[in-house]
Amino acid sequence: MENLIALLVAAPLLGAVVLLCGGRRLDAVGHWIGTALSSASFVIGVVLFTDLLGKNAEHRTLMQHLWTWVPVEGFQADVTFRLDQLSMTFVLLITGVGSLIHLYSVGYMEHDERRRRFFGYLNLFLAAMLILVLADNYLLLYVGWEGVGLASYLLIGFWQHKPSAATAAKKAFLVNRVGDMGLSIAIMLMFTTFGTFAFGPVLSHVGDASEGKLTGIALMLLLAACGKSAQVPLQSWLGDAMEGPTPVSALIHAATMVTAGVYLIVRSGAIFNAAPDAQLVVTVVGAVTLLFGAIVGCAKDDIKKALAGSTMSQIGYMVLAAGLGPIGYVFAIMHLVTHGFFKAGLFLGAGSVMHGMNDEVDMRKYGGLRKYMPVTFITFGLGYLAIIGFPGLSGFFSKDKIIEAAFAKGGTEGWILGGAALLGAAITAFYMTRVMLMTFFGEKRWQPDENGHEPHPHESPRTMTIPMIVLAFGSVFAGGIFGIGDRFLHWLEPITGHEEGNSPVSALTVTLATMVVLVVGVGIAWAQYGRRPVPAVAPRGSLLTRAARRDLLQDDFNHVVLVRGGEHLTRSLVYVDHTLVDGVVNGTAASMGGLSGRLRKLQNGYARSYAVSMFGGAAILVAATLLMRAV
Amino acid sequence: MNPVNYLYLSALLFTIGATGVLIRRNAIVVFMCIELMLNACNLAFVTFSRMHGNLDGQVIAFFTMVVAAAEVVVGLAIIVSLFRSRHSASVDDASLMKL
Repeated sequence: MENLIALLVAAPLLGAVVLLCGGRRLDAVGHWIGTALSSASFVIGVVLFTDLLGKNAEHRTLMQHLWTWVPVEGFQADVTFRLDQLSMTFVLLITGVGSLIHLYSVGYMEHDERRRRFFGYLNLFLAAMLILVLADNYLLLYVGWEGVGLASYLLIGFWQHKPSAATAAKKAFLVNRVGDMGLSIAIMLMFTTFGTFAFGPVLSHVGDASEGKLTGIALMLLLAACGKSAQVPLQSWLGDAMEGPTPVSALIHAATMVTAGVYLIVRSGAIFNAAPDAQLVVTVVGAVTLLFGAIVGCAKDDIKKALAGSTMSQIGYMVLAAGLGPIGYVFAIMHLVTHGFFKAGLFLGAGSVMHGMNDEVDMRKYGGLRKYMPVTFITFGLGYLAIIGFPGLSGFFSKDKIIEAAFAKGGTEGWILGGAALLGAAITAFYMTRVMLMTFFGEKRWQPDENGHEPHPHESPRTMTIPMIVLAFGSVFAGGIFGIGDRFLHWLEPITGHEEGNSPVSALTVTLATMVVLVVGVGIAWAQYGRRPVPAVAPRGSLLTRAARRDLLQDDFNHVVLVRGGEHLTRSLVYVDHTLVDGVVNGTAASMGGLSGRLRKLQNGYARSYAVSMFGGAAILVAATLLMRAV
Repeated sequence: MNPVNYLYLSALLFTIGATGVLIRRNAIVVFMCIELMLNACNLAFVTFSRMHGNLDGQVIAFFTMVVAAAEVVVGLAIIVSLFRSRHSASVDDASLMKL
């Protein structure tokens, strides 16, 4: 069975190579090759999953050693895959959602002449993401980490003829670089501390290292997670990443890649457990981001950007849970999986709406679409109910657990984190209801464009609706399947460990409070967008609204502090270079030149003036000799 | 007679020669002034030889004469060829060797 693990990665990798090197002769079938290979990977994943289920919990870790990458004395880097409950969960999510989105893209990218290349990139992403989650050491994980960064860059900038897409890709790449630096520093620190990168030895010898060093490693890992998972302060790239095709937003920037940071934290749980200061920072980052993303999501009129804000916020929940330590690891991953279903579904729904509306993304130009796109409406609606945490649906089980765990942290921190999580749930209910009402309810608000083409909203083709329906099933039932009877907890516990926190409030109280804030959020949204017609042009809005439309000034902040600051720094360095360094060099040269210009005048060709200098010199010599003798 | 007087004479002749080298333009005159300086030196050497009672100074005076003779041959040849090519024996006219 172990030998199948490499095939998980090999199938999409083969697809990427074939599609990207195959040339135009594969244009006609390329998308089916890509879809088939990603589905093959999913089938292998299911086979491995059933195999794991048949074993005892202790024997559920499979290892496959492929080859030794760097066989140097004292520096052993192996290409080894490790399949345990945690990576299995990710493998199924990645290949499952990935295959559905491949299928969806067949329809969505139908009219794009570069569709084959698109599928090549998608397969490349799957291969890199699988390497990331299957790696048995941090160095191999880093390979996958960079691979998904590359695939993300290529796919955000897929329509690179649009300057906005090219810029967004560059921005995502640059911001991710900051996080990647964190990961590489963490790996280096790990090597100097433990002498190895492999998960097993590192995580079991955490006790040997000093707490300061562990805190350093943990904070660097957090920086990496912030970059990849769009957490404050490295969150600015995710909104712009929506320039990519919608299936990319669904797969990479909602369901899988952006959750890599959560995976990293949970996988390195032993390090975080031993560094409570770092854990506190993780929870703070999570809480801040979950509110940040939610507030941004409230103000966006671009449907994809509203969903991007929501993604940021939901990952904030996961990071918050991961920062709570063993109380929260399982729930972080559980929310990650359910979020993978409903957010991918929501993005695919948004893509379907855009598909029917001539690629219009402004929700103020939608309205009343439920009549025109019934399947999209129902699947999107189920995703909506799941994300706001409607009782019985996926989000209810996973998010509720995180809020409970946040309260269970205990003390003032627990109250603050739990309060933030509850507030986030209210805002989530508000912005998702807003998206729902503006898109599918109310009067139609679309207008003919400048060429006189009026959009004719229509239901999307079968290849697009089937993935949406499957994901809607996931959004409805996944939470129940995982949550009821703590199945997911028992599945993941051997890897991540689990503790019951002692919450100051009972689980029932938390659930009731969540329901109350849910109703309040939905109610406010309905009062604002359901009861009265939505203006087709955005009103000016309050100061907060305007700030939130500008992503709470994150780009302005980055611009003023980092870009301007960097410009000033480089400008002053250039100034120092020009004046000081060049000044010394040029000054030396110029003074030498000037001096020799003067000295040259002595060489005037007149024999008599040479004679004068000779006599002068001789006189000086004689005088000096006499003087020396006198002394 | 006090030998120091010869030294005074020597110094006087040397000074006249040096002044001539520095202020005269005619190459022949400059050349003669150089000879004057050489012979002033010879006089000083011989005087010192006499004062110290050994022959070193006289030997050096002979050396100087030999060198001066050779120098006269070369120097006059240069001056003659210079005069032939430029129709002037002024040292200031021959000032092409400069930057």
